[in-house]
Amino acid sequence: MDNIIKENLNSDGIDRRGFLKCMAWAGTGALCVMQGGVLKSFAFGRGNDLDRAATKGDFAFAQISDSHIGFNKAANPDVTATLREAIAKLNALPQSPEFVLHTGDLTQLSKADEFDTLDQSLKSVRTDRIYYVPGEHDVLNDNGGQFRERYGKDTKGDGWYSFDHRGVHFVGLVNVMNLKAGGLGSLGNDQLAWLKDDVKHLKHSTPIVVFAHIPLWSVYPEWGWGTDDSEQALSYLKKFGSVSVLNGHIHQVMQKVEGNVTFHTAMSTAFPQPAPGQAASPGPMKVPDDRLRSVLGITDVNFVRGKHTLAVVDSTLAGS
Amino acid sequence: MKSYIRNVVVCAVLLGVAASAAMIHGVSIARAAENKNAAVIVTVDNFSFTPKEITVAAGTTITWVNHDDVPHTIVSTDKKFRSKALDTDDQFSFTFTDSGTYAYFCSVHPMMTGKIIVK
Repeated sequence: MDNIIKENLNSDGIDRRGFLKCMAWAGTGALCVMQGGVLKSFAFGRGNDLDRAATKGDFAFAQISDSHIGFNKAANPDVTATLREAIAKLNALPQSPEFVLHTGDLTQLSKADEFDTLDQSLKSVRTDRIYYVPGEHDVLNDNGGQFRERYGKDTKGDGWYSFDHRGVHFVGLVNVMNLKAGGLGSLGNDQLAWLKDDVKHLKHSTPIVVFAHIPLWSVYPEWGWGTDDSEQALSYLKKFGSVSVLNGHIHQVMQKVEGNVTFHTAMSTAFPQPAPGQAASPGPMKVPDDRLRSVLGITDVNFVRGKHTLAVVDSTLAGS
Repeated sequence: MKSYIRNVVVCAVLLGVAASAAMIHGVSIARAAENKNAAVIVTVDNFSFTPKEITVAAGTTITWVNHDDVPHTIVSTDKKFRSKALDTDDQFSFTFTDSGTYAYFCSVHPMMTGKIIVK
């Protein structure tokens, strides 16, 4: 199968050709699997044994992102409807997600009724629990007070926290607060100190999953798609054999592997944004109505213990 | 609508330049102060401020208008002024009474920066 990445120009496990191949499939549902440090891409079809074998894991969780409830412009006049479709997609996954991560921008303008609509919609997700981190749209005007009151009662600082699930350590980070002029996303010294302490007692073999809104890798700094102090955070995670970083914010699937760290961004449930540098600005992108659902979607993640295998499946809202 | 605002901005820029030029040549402060009622508009389009940098007379009120489908804020780097989040077509105004250089940015998208120079 020629989808295995043969060229590797910078030792990060994926080259441009392989990356684009993976990206090209993202529009119809793609599967990127890391096995033994090598990223493999598979088309995601139904009833395919390869797909089932590759995605079957010890447990599954899902990621949704960038619901932007309250947005009503041309790029998608009904973001609540597409969120509901994303929920239907979650509920139809072959392996039920034990929990769901929402990686931020729940709302467009941090309004109470927007949060209410989101909460009401997410009640129908068939899962045990939903974990949240804020996007910049969720902390407007009140420094995230309302967000923390609703979703972050047991969190630290601006809303960061960690939890363990079946031997995997999950860390939710906040990189949308106290941003500095001219800068990118920011974690800040308090959160960095907390993170360093949070992971120091863990065994090196503990799989780590970090989730935050703005990418924790430099996707496209010209559009603010990166986090100023993410390298500092990642330096605390170097000792671990398997680190996965899940982000939202850029409303499209991107993936990068660097050493033991896999970075992945999810699609939005609301509207797409342009590929880096391919438009005048990173604002909402209008696509033909019949294409919208092929650029919105959800992310399903499966763990296979012992094999250091992480399977990340991005599925669009188009089709069944 | 857009071209109207653009014209106003051009007008405002010209007035601003005229005001500062007048002061440099020692014309009365009162003359410069007349311009403080001029509508000086900074537009927010495609995640940038236009004009990015503008020079105005003391007493001038600047109005920022957001034309993006995304909320932005106008926040002084030195905490002199701070808007709420501006949704599409929302405005924020601030009157600059003291001379000086006022750097500002969008706290939601901090790569968006601008500067007001008050003479």
